[in-house]
Amino acid sequence: MIDTLQKLGQSAIASLIRIGRAGIMFFFLVFNPKNFVKNFRSTVNQLFYVGVLSLPIIVVSGLFIGMVIALQGYYTLNDFGASTALGQLVALSILRELGPVVAALLFVGRACSAITAEIGLMKATEQLSSMEMIGVDSLGYVIAPRFWAGVISLPLLTVIFEAMAIWGGYLVGVKLLGVDGGTFWSNMQSGVHFYDDVIKGLYKNLAFGVVAMWIAVYQGNNCVPTAEGIGRATTRTVVYASVAILGLDFILTAMMMGGW
Amino acid sequence: MSEIKDVQGSYVKIRGLTFKRGRRAIFDNVDIDIPRGKITVVMGPSGTGKTTMLRLIGGELQPDGGIITVDGQNLHKFSRKKLFLARREMSLMFQSNALFTGINVYENVAFPLRVHTDFSEEMIRDVVLMNLEAVGLRGARDLMPSELSGGMARRVALARAVVLDPKLMMYDEPFTGQDPISQGILMKLVRELNTNLNMTSVIVSHDVSTVREVADYIYLLGDGKVLGHGTVDEMMSSDSPYVRQFMKGLPDGPVPFQYPTIDYSKDILEVGL
Repeated sequence: MIDTLQKLGQSAIASLIRIGRAGIMFFFLVFNPKNFVKNFRSTVNQLFYVGVLSLPIIVVSGLFIGMVIALQGYYTLNDFGASTALGQLVALSILRELGPVVAALLFVGRACSAITAEIGLMKATEQLSSMEMIGVDSLGYVIAPRFWAGVISLPLLTVIFEAMAIWGGYLVGVKLLGVDGGTFWSNMQSGVHFYDDVIKGLYKNLAFGVVAMWIAVYQGNNCVPTAEGIGRATTRTVVYASVAILGLDFILTAMMMGGW
Repeated sequence: MSEIKDVQGSYVKIRGLTFKRGRRAIFDNVDIDIPRGKITVVMGPSGTGKTTMLRLIGGELQPDGGIITVDGQNLHKFSRKKLFLARREMSLMFQSNALFTGINVYENVAFPLRVHTDFSEEMIRDVVLMNLEAVGLRGARDLMPSELSGGMARRVALARAVVLDPKLMMYDEPFTGQDPISQGILMKLVRELNTNLNMTSVIVSHDVSTVREVADYIYLLGDGKVLGHGTVDEMMSSDSPYVRQFMKGLPDGPVPFQYPTIDYSKDILEVGL
């Protein structure tokens, strides 16, 4: 009994220590603008690796998501004779939910996992230690540029994802299934509010980006420096970040609907 | 504890060093003096904390007790910013080389210069090429670390480590895993650097044959303590059973061959019962 309690206490303390470490790291990453300015070049480089190289998966997935939403939506709406509302359905579901969430989940799989593995491997091969011994703060030089590159690129990728998805919806709805093009766009225009639907979706997306990148860099920097350790850290990044995104999506949506 | 000679002008002074990992004491009240301008080798069986010693001297790890001073300064009391500045004067060559894999050989060697100096690009080029020439790899400047052989990578790591002319140079197992030619080149470079740049060098190693050729002074660690120290000749002719076992490479002695366990015959007879 005492043993079980002791183990429980130990794991609770270990968790608190981890949360504390992650919190301190987050504080240094976010509230250290000098780092951002000093490592601006490095951040731009990372924007290429994290952002530009994620474009293919974002573009292709966006297109397919839009196409499938149009397909599903058309047959359901058609049963009620409301197929003209297809543009509105596609746009709202993409802009409010699917765009911010699916793009973030794809980003976690494509970019966050890579960042965890990269930082983990740098730790395992003592590159981070050697940087510190040369007198360079690895948090500012290696970790902050990756963090900021991720935070900046996710909303931009999401906008591209949403545009592609709406175009995919148009291709299937109008070109394939024969919904009138004018009705498709004009219904979308009247049914979508720029701030409430587009911008609020992107706010959520920004929060997903910050949380996912935080998890990715923390897991990389604190992994056990072995092949197995890096593998586990990468898995943890994908699992934790995905769950965090979905949970946060519910909370933020509830807050926004509640008029916050 | 072994008696420590009062070495005048020690560059690194370690007094009463205690360091623990969990409940296990890696160092238990250890005193070491690293003489200025000399090559000191810290030896000991694997797992005795030789690398940990270098990380403690470099201020990467905090001791649980005792004081370490480098050139009279206690790095462990420094702020992070001041510690990073102090590290300009010291360098550590890692056992794994720890080259930055995302940049080429030239940029690896230029890295400390870009961080710590305001040199123009032209000047950086000159210094980098001079250092690469010294290790015989001027022609390899455009290669990526993944394209280098083990010996070449070690030499690039050496060129990077000395590019700022540090006063204290620490080498972690510099000769391990090298072919005889690379070993010879590295030994020559370590010796030349120490003499020409008037550095203080600390080498962590367990390779007795190479150590005998480069060391001015040797410390032998084991069981968290200094088991012996002296010049190469003193160590080779030491009466201490520990020192003799280690320096002559005897399989059994005070350092047991067997990992601690129960009696052999008991263990065998108990099987299957």
